[in-house]
Amino acid sequence: MAKSVHDIVNSPKFKRLVTTRWSVSFFLTFLLFVVYYGYILLIAYNKEFLAEKVGVYTNYGIIFGVLVIVLSWVLTFIYVIWANYSYDKKVEELKKEIR
Amino acid sequence: MQTAIGQPNFISILFFGIFIFFTLMVTYWAAKKTKTAAEYYAAGRTVTGFQNGMALAGDYMSAASFLGIAGMVSLKGYDGMIYATGWLVGWPALMFLIAEPLRNLGKFTFADVVAFRLKQTPIRIAGAIGGILVVLAYTIAQMVGSGSLIKLMFGIPYEAAEIIVGCVMLAYVLFGGMLATTWVQIIKACLLLFGVTVLLFLGLAKFGFNPGNVYGAVQNLPQIGDEMLRPGGLVTNPLDAISLGLALMLGLLGLPHILMRFFTVPNAQEARKSVAYATTFIGYFYCIIPVVGFMAAVLVGKDLIAKVDKGGNMAALLLSELLGGTPFMGFIAAVAFATILAVVAGLTLAAASALSHDIFMSVFRKGQASEAEQVKIARIAVVIFGIVAILLGILFKGQNVAFMVGLAFAIAASGNFPALFLSIVWKKYTTAGAVASILIGSVSATVLIILSPTVWVDVFKFKEAIFPLKNPAIVSMTLSFICGIVASYMFPDKEAEQKFEDEKLRTYLGVGAE
Repeated sequence: MAKSVHDIVNSPKFKRLVTTRWSVSFFLTFLLFVVYYGYILLIAYNKEFLAEKVGVYTNYGIIFGVLVIVLSWVLTFIYVIWANYSYDKKVEELKKEIR
Repeated sequence: MQTAIGQPNFISILFFGIFIFFTLMVTYWAAKKTKTAAEYYAAGRTVTGFQNGMALAGDYMSAASFLGIAGMVSLKGYDGMIYATGWLVGWPALMFLIAEPLRNLGKFTFADVVAFRLKQTPIRIAGAIGGILVVLAYTIAQMVGSGSLIKLMFGIPYEAAEIIVGCVMLAYVLFGGMLATTWVQIIKACLLLFGVTVLLFLGLAKFGFNPGNVYGAVQNLPQIGDEMLRPGGLVTNPLDAISLGLALMLGLLGLPHILMRFFTVPNAQEARKSVAYATTFIGYFYCIIPVVGFMAAVLVGKDLIAKVDKGGNMAALLLSELLGGTPFMGFIAAVAFATILAVVAGLTLAAASALSHDIFMSVFRKGQASEAEQVKIARIAVVIFGIVAILLGILFKGQNVAFMVGLAFAIAASGNFPALFLSIVWKKYTTAGAVASILIGSVSATVLIILSPTVWVDVFKFKEAIFPLKNPAIVSMTLSFICGIVASYMFPDKEAEQKFEDEKLRTYLGVGAE
């Protein structure tokens, strides 16, 4: 049976979809802030640590710089995987109820 | 080492000629497929996620970030790398907060999204002001930078360089619209990624394919070795660094030429894919560029790099000349030129869409115009903005415009982003709130940056700045959110609240999306 926009938007299923979507988004955004600002504040407050060598020549500063880029990428893909496997399915289910 | 930089270089002109020929062919093909407004502004929504990811990367990776960051690393070392990371972190944020709702709600511009359930006229005007301010600041930085770079690379006079860039870019956008612009950006992204990868391989071959050896060689540089590998003066004031970080991260979510690209894909899933691909390409690019800079410092040497250009902008070109001779340098120079064209084309299309779609169509015509007329108006707007871009480039010749990119990101983060975000998530957001967010955010960001050390001291040469932070985003963005929320409570709008249900259905399920 076709449902009105009002019914769909106020259904528990739709509400759960929206809450989950923003929980995932805000949590990942929070992690992104932790990664990036962690790096920036480390530079601001502890330059000596970043200058310490990890291997023969590479230091923590270089490792962390690359790590910020790699982790940003990883977070992006975590979102994609979640959206592809969980979000899209629920969207399809809800769309079927409209028709 | 002798360098051929700054002299007309046959190989370079040849590569550049091939690029122009090929992209104009693409434009010719695109022009035949561009008849309706949706085709002109949004490539008929036929671009795939992968293609759009490439085009986004091509829209975003500018000559300034390619040549500038490599140069900064080669002269100042590690600080250039900190800078590089800042340019990537906006992309995940764009994915988490904006990308899919934006695609579902919008038509051609980000103002479509804000205006979805609010009053058309005020929102369109405010949105166009916010959008055009950002694009103008960004365009001035790009045009002035490109004039100087082209002069350095090929020895062409500054004004001639501006006119060449302006005219070629106009040809793409005017005739081929978004479809041609997309393909120019895709081709440029491929060339740029290919170019830096070859540069990396040729360079690393000299270090036994081990980046560790590059750092070792940097370490062993006489006198400067130690300093090069550790953070220097870039991050001294943590509050300043946080504010700059906010502008870089959230400013991306308010850049009209980036947001516009999301309307070229058919649906939210493809929008999601675009960001994933774009993040991959851009992340790869920013991982490589610092290594290129360090290799230039070792192989070419700081003295020569600084002698050719004080800011170090020619480091990557000097390195390519050393590793692959004049032909390879010519190729990299042509790639840098292509890079400039693709970015300016994207900006021009974004500015034109704000002028024609938001102002002319929505405000003056109230949405009533035939497809042919819409395309015609868009083309007129393109020509107007293209000429303005060339004139501004010439007007700002020799000026210190380094702050302009920072300004663009600050306005985008303080004006456009809060309005876009609140209109998507907050039921009680009203027309008054959105107008307040955009205008107060944009104006406060602009005023504060003028009073900040970046302009007040560096450009106007006053002794002390009135506003202490180099980037105002932390203040202006907060102000924009607060004003938007306060104005919405002061002037509630029942109709907008009721329409929020329709908006939600479209935001999350994509029902009714164009």
